[in-house]
Amino acid sequence: MTISATISVEHLRKVYRVYEREAGLRAALRGLIQRHAQEVIGVDDLTFRIESGEIVGFLGPNGAGKTTTLKMLAGLLYPSAGTLQVLGYLPWRRERSFLRQIALVMGQRQQLIWDIPVIDSFELNRAIYRIPSAQYRQTLDELTDLLELASLLQKPVRNLSLGERMKCEIAACLLHRPRVLFLDEPTIGLDVVMQRRIRDFVREYNRRTGATVLLTSHYMADVEALCQRIILIHHGKMLFDGELTRLIERFSPYKTIAVRLQEPASLDPYGEVIGQSEDRITLRVPKSAVAPVTARLLTEQAVIDLSVEDPPIEAVIEHIFTQQEEVV
Amino acid sequence: MRQLLAVYRQQLKTALAEQLQYRAALIIWLIEVALGPAVSVSVWSTVARNEGGAVNGYSSAGFAAYFIATMLVNYATQTWVFWEFSRRVREGEFSPLLLRPIHPIHADLADNLAYKILMLPVITLVTLILFFAFHASIALTLANVLAFLPALVLAFALRFILEWTLALLAFWLTQVNVINQLYVVVVLFLSGQLVPLTLLPTPVQVASAWLPFQWMVAFPAELLVHRLSPPALLTGLLAQLAWLLVGLALFSLTWRLGIRRYTAVGG
Repeated sequence: MTISATISVEHLRKVYRVYEREAGLRAALRGLIQRHAQEVIGVDDLTFRIESGEIVGFLGPNGAGKTTTLKMLAGLLYPSAGTLQVLGYLPWRRERSFLRQIALVMGQRQQLIWDIPVIDSFELNRAIYRIPSAQYRQTLDELTDLLELASLLQKPVRNLSLGERMKCEIAACLLHRPRVLFLDEPTIGLDVVMQRRIRDFVREYNRRTGATVLLTSHYMADVEALCQRIILIHHGKMLFDGELTRLIERFSPYKTIAVRLQEPASLDPYGEVIGQSEDRITLRVPKSAVAPVTARLLTEQAVIDLSVEDPPIEAVIEHIFTQQEEVV
Repeated sequence: MRQLLAVYRQQLKTALAEQLQYRAALIIWLIEVALGPAVSVSVWSTVARNEGGAVNGYSSAGFAAYFIATMLVNYATQTWVFWEFSRRVREGEFSPLLLRPIHPIHADLADNLAYKILMLPVITLVTLILFFAFHASIALTLANVLAFLPALVLAFALRFILEWTLALLAFWLTQVNVINQLYVVVVLFLSGQLVPLTLLPTPVQVASAWLPFQWMVAFPAELLVHRLSPPALLTGLLAQLAWLLVGLALFSLTWRLGIRRYTAVGG
């Protein structure tokens, strides 16, 4: 047997049964007698392994199955089929020793008690997770330093801003130094500065403790900054698992060429013009045509400056998802 | 065990700090808790006077003592988690509790105890006021106090576990408040808080003896004010113990099934 990965998932599947009814009173009454159950596939045949110390980004549009997968990995949801293991445990059993080694950060108001100072919630977690005093002090100091919590600890949670609360929420989840960290949209609703701070923190936490991190995010910047590897899912199915750069290579059939010209000219014959500002023109060109188009531009136009770039990752992913919709 | 105690200590501190935020609520609670017994005592004292001094062995002072005792026992055994549980399930507050390496019932127990510690001055004040206002008479002996204490602890344990189990219905039903309201009315009536049980029709008394409610409040209260006979005391303690065991069995089954359901449909 090979050395077991921190997280291993095979043919994981989750099917929900939901009851549907049409709008209106008559439908409501009919629903009392006869309910229409419909099966909704949340996650369909996912297989992946994550090794110790990796930061993996989990991407997909709303309803793709990201949160469902995280909940199964943390032990909140029982899988419908397939196998999964985290740190050698079956998560859905929620053994105490397993729960002491993981953390799931999922939105606001999970750990912190609304009416009392932040530090009191931390103290409660110290008792619940049986954190030894010395380790608690040290971890708290580190977290206070990294997340700049010093001025927040004595304040009641209800007096904190959204971003401050998120920082404290994350800190509360990390006091017991989890070896595996599941982050569901850790930066949602936060301003750019706070997003970057949390991003930096996650990277630093991973570097210092060697923890494995699996995060979902809507903000591509989070993923680009943190994750070498991403897992892309859509309609519960795996679309891609690998390095971010490979995703672009594999899925984007285009590159963009940005050109500055000495004199204005129409570049329509060279490719699709997708942006034009003053003297700078952006073209979208099929990958295979990049070399000949570049050569022609340089010989036929008075070019000051030219650069070939990958399209932004958002565009690539959007492209993948729309293609998928067409296939479906 | 020591670590569990540490959790309780911390949870108590937390709950006290949390509830101290709402000092105004204490005043409202003071009125609420005093009003029920005050009304009952007034009504039954009048009835007793009109009946020539006593109803079924209860004098006006006896009624006062009885209703003060039920108020105290009700205060000690009361829980309210079943009002909160559906919100927990609906608004995703339950998931973080499930991910903690400790059973969520501990937090609720500590919370309950903290509230009671906090309310102790209030209930003492109410007791004194009612006691003197209605000229209650009570002859406490060491024996009935000693019998009262285990009965009170058992009453608390069985009520807490049964009401926590009731709260778990929120896993299956989205609108549990109707059931909760029904439950509260049944408890009010059959636990002896509205009327001493001996004043109820015999069939109701017989049925009530087989139900858990009178063992939650009426039994310890009567024990305190009436000095029940040794056989009645023994029957009562055994009934409490039996209901506690039934409660624990129901709790463990409901919890297992509830969690299975919760983790199947997602929180």
